[in-house]
Amino acid sequence: MSTPTTLFEKVWADHVVVEETADIPAVLYIDLHIIHEVTTPQAFSVLRANGLPVRRPDLTLATLDHSTPTTPVTTFKDLLVAGEGAANQVRQMEQNCEEFGLDLLGYGSGKRGIVHVIGPELGATQPGKTIVCGDSHSSTHGAFGALAFGIGTTEVGHVLATQCLLQRKPKTLAVNVDGTLPAGVTAKDVILAVIGKIGVDGGTGHVIEYRGDAVTALSMEERMTICNMSIEGGARAGMIAPDDTTIDYLQGRPRSPQGADWDHAVARWRALRTDDGARFDKSVSINASELTPMVTFGTNPGMVIGINEPVPDSDDPSFRKALDYMQVESGKPMTESTVDVVFVGSCTNGRLSDIEEAARVLKGRKVAAGVRMLVVPGSEQVKADAEARGLDRIIEAAGAEWREAGCSMCIGMNGDIAQPGQLSVSTSNRNFEGRQGVGARTVLASPATAAASAIAGRIADPRNYS
Amino acid sequence: MKPVRIIQSRTVVLPTRDIDTDQIIAARFLTTTSKEGLGKNVFHDLRYNKDGSEKSDFILNKPDAKGCGILVAGNNFGCGSSREHAPWALLDYGFEAVVSTEIADIFRSNALKNGLLAIIVDEQTHGWLLENPGVDVTIDLQTTRINLPGDRTVAFSIDGFSRHCLLEGIDQLGFLSKHLDKIKSFEETRSWKP
Repeated sequence: MSTPTTLFEKVWADHVVVEETADIPAVLYIDLHIIHEVTTPQAFSVLRANGLPVRRPDLTLATLDHSTPTTPVTTFKDLLVAGEGAANQVRQMEQNCEEFGLDLLGYGSGKRGIVHVIGPELGATQPGKTIVCGDSHSSTHGAFGALAFGIGTTEVGHVLATQCLLQRKPKTLAVNVDGTLPAGVTAKDVILAVIGKIGVDGGTGHVIEYRGDAVTALSMEERMTICNMSIEGGARAGMIAPDDTTIDYLQGRPRSPQGADWDHAVARWRALRTDDGARFDKSVSINASELTPMVTFGTNPGMVIGINEPVPDSDDPSFRKALDYMQVESGKPMTESTVDVVFVGSCTNGRLSDIEEAARVLKGRKVAAGVRMLVVPGSEQVKADAEARGLDRIIEAAGAEWREAGCSMCIGMNGDIAQPGQLSVSTSNRNFEGRQGVGARTVLASPATAAASAIAGRIADPRNYS
Repeated sequence: MKPVRIIQSRTVVLPTRDIDTDQIIAARFLTTTSKEGLGKNVFHDLRYNKDGSEKSDFILNKPDAKGCGILVAGNNFGCGSSREHAPWALLDYGFEAVVSTEIADIFRSNALKNGLLAIIVDEQTHGWLLENPGVDVTIDLQTTRINLPGDRTVAFSIDGFSRHCLLEGIDQLGFLSKHLDKIKSFEETRSWKP
């Protein structure tokens, strides 16, 4: 009998072109390369300088998301809303895709959106694939049992030219989440609690596998929220074994296998699970039934507490610096903080179920005076689906802004920013200093907590808004 | 890539833990299509006041910090995004090496591919470097040792392949391209097609 192996080890082994040695990393084959306008221009320049083509345009998925305005775009002039640099970057991407023969899911395609939203939506993200993108939240695709991780621009060039990467095999970390999530507690709260437990460097050098009955009970969109933030715990990748939920999600999507290919694929996918007795390098456990809605209080996603817990205390200078920046006090709960901006969107929480969750809380209520709330769908498809359900009308009736698809205020590259000193409750993934604008103070939370906070005008427990 | 063998410089110290890539180079500076010119905006919001003047109390703005090529940073430097603009900005500013007890995976990978030495030292050495800013040190990539003042030397860790590429000035795309026949054969013989 062969040695029991983990899900990660199975996917890794299936893609090794050249085995690693003590001296040389493995040559790892990449099944899907997703590219966007911000982290690719310099890679295309390298290809051009060396006279190299894109080796596999058919395995390359291109879109526009980071530098795009969330106001309507029909002409180049409309792109300038995001600034001249951003507009030029979009135009450069269109030219690069044209020159290198890549099908760009850009303006007019109806399929444009955040890289980590459109991959799954199209069915291009599949179990057992290796998936990379010049974006650290590529870990999102691991929700399907793919090995997916973020890469730099030099590596984007490597994949464009060779469809491979030089990689050292990472270690494995099992994150077990057992128990039943209490009402009003979401996948976002689970992953924030996990990062709070392992710390922002707890997963460095590791691939996480999320396991346990609280994980298998989640929908695909919830699983994507979990895997998305693996990088915030330092892990380049996070994975969840595929099951019926995964297979049901993928059936009938435009790029899912069809006919007999579908049956073969499903048979292969069902074998993608960690064997009993397989060894992980590290493991941690969390009891889902003890969780509450979570909010961050500091300047990294590991600085996180339950919504009714007091902000902790420490003499550590980095900790003090974070509290000073956030203008919060030890001993007080975050619910005492006044809110200026609320952002619902991003590759973490910009899918249909996230918009639905925010709309459920907003329905029949009004965003508090003085609060600006932006709801930004993760893709043009999410936007269309939400509008077909009338969610845009609920959102606008509550006084929130319903925008065009893109990364928006998660990264603030497109002009969607919070002002200095403003407190932003955001469903995105990073509360770093200045992430949402110079001097902006970000509190990470679930869509329900964000919407509840918009109504209350201060950070609010979503369980009071059922 | 230009070979890297020995880096000899004074250190500058940023003791804060978990310095993320948004602090190294903020997202609003990523709307560029080249690698050049990012140095003027490295650590922008820590370095400059709102009116564009330098913050006099920030370490890089002190006269002693000018010309220092080695950045000693708190644990978990470079966490966050995959933006290669972070090492490009540090190199463009004039840094040749970053030293910490832990350096985030993607940042480290990006740094080493661009000739920015991202190296890990033990806690004791790190603590000493944090407490003694501005010392002259020599990082010897050949021996993987750092020479500290007073004839002390300590080992540092770096991935062996990255070290080899840096010492020989090997471009990893060139190295990868030597395997194109094996890549082709992998594509043709694998049991399923993506």
